[in-house]
Amino acid sequence: MTIILALVVLAVGTYLMKAIGPFAAAGRELPPWLDELSNLLPAGLLAALVATQTVVDGATLTLDARIVGVGAAAVAVALRAHFGIVVLVGAGVTAAVRALGWG
Amino acid sequence: MRPLNRTASDVPAARGLVLSALPVALAVGAYGLSYGVLAVAAGLSPAVATLSSVLVLAGGSQFAFVGVLALGGNPFAGALSGLLLNVRYVAFGVAIARALPGGPGWRRAVDSYLVVDESVALALGQAGPRPTDPSRVQTWSVEVVRRFRVVGWSVVAAWILATALGAFGGRFIADPQVYGLDAAFPAGFLALLAPWLRTPRGRLAAGIGVVLALGLTPIAPPGVPIVAAALGGLIAMWLPAHDGAAAPQEPPTDGREGPP
Repeated sequence: MTIILALVVLAVGTYLMKAIGPFAAAGRELPPWLDELSNLLPAGLLAALVATQTVVDGATLTLDARIVGVGAAAVAVALRAHFGIVVLVGAGVTAAVRALGWG
Repeated sequence: MRPLNRTASDVPAARGLVLSALPVALAVGAYGLSYGVLAVAAGLSPAVATLSSVLVLAGGSQFAFVGVLALGGNPFAGALSGLLLNVRYVAFGVAIARALPGGPGWRRAVDSYLVVDESVALALGQAGPRPTDPSRVQTWSVEVVRRFRVVGWSVVAAWILATALGAFGGRFIADPQVYGLDAAFPAGFLALLAPWLRTPRGRLAAGIGVVLALGLTPIAPPGVPIVAAALGGLIAMWLPAHDGAAAPQEPPTDGREGPP
């Protein structure tokens, strides 16, 4: 029961945070600097997600097979490969490096 | 003649949109599969594990939640660490809100549910920055919102179905790490980030985000490093970018996507 209650807390809290933008800012004229900021916000967030999911394990920085896979994915991105290809390259190269016995 | 043709040409356009959402759905599905397996291993019943994906719909925080449970921690501590991870959705919600038309409360409520990393990033990344010319804002908004909703619903379907599959059938699935599925996500985020990396200010925001996130990881609670990375956008806005100042209205250089 405690688990369900905690899940509901997580769900409601998450939803409320997602709803701030659509309810407070949608359909409204906002100052230009907020335009520019909301255009750039995803860049910082996505880059942080890439970095932490590539070299973080728990609370420590670590180098394992993921760095090779994501590096290969970066090459695919630079070659303007399609999203699906980039993901396949990332997962496939990581799996291959692990199969060879590292990370 | 032109207005009549509009609906006809919208059909292939919509099909292309769904096709472009497919790889994202597959990547999310792979991630959801491993979540379903892990959630049951951590002690959730398969039904509760699936329900959690319906209600929370934020993968990272769900992993954090069951991670705390698996270690025998307090469920509310798990919820708190999940909430910290999800603070970034305030920023994603504000980012997409610039394109949303507003309107009735139920519309806003549904759009709020669809705010996930992939829906916001793909919609804004493909359309480029909001045009300054007011006459072009309408077209831009329609395109962004349509992609946002198609990708959003695809992610919803894939995440929930995959969770159920992993939760109910998990014992038949090998360790997801063997297939490198843990690297599928950063690779996918990198692809989503690509349009920003092609503009000077976007590169600056991304670079500062990486430095902040990795610098804070050893010392800050989970989730805080990601949220702090949003500052990258704020700082990049004020710093003079190398060559971007003269050309703030770069047209999106890779507006085309989808299968060739």
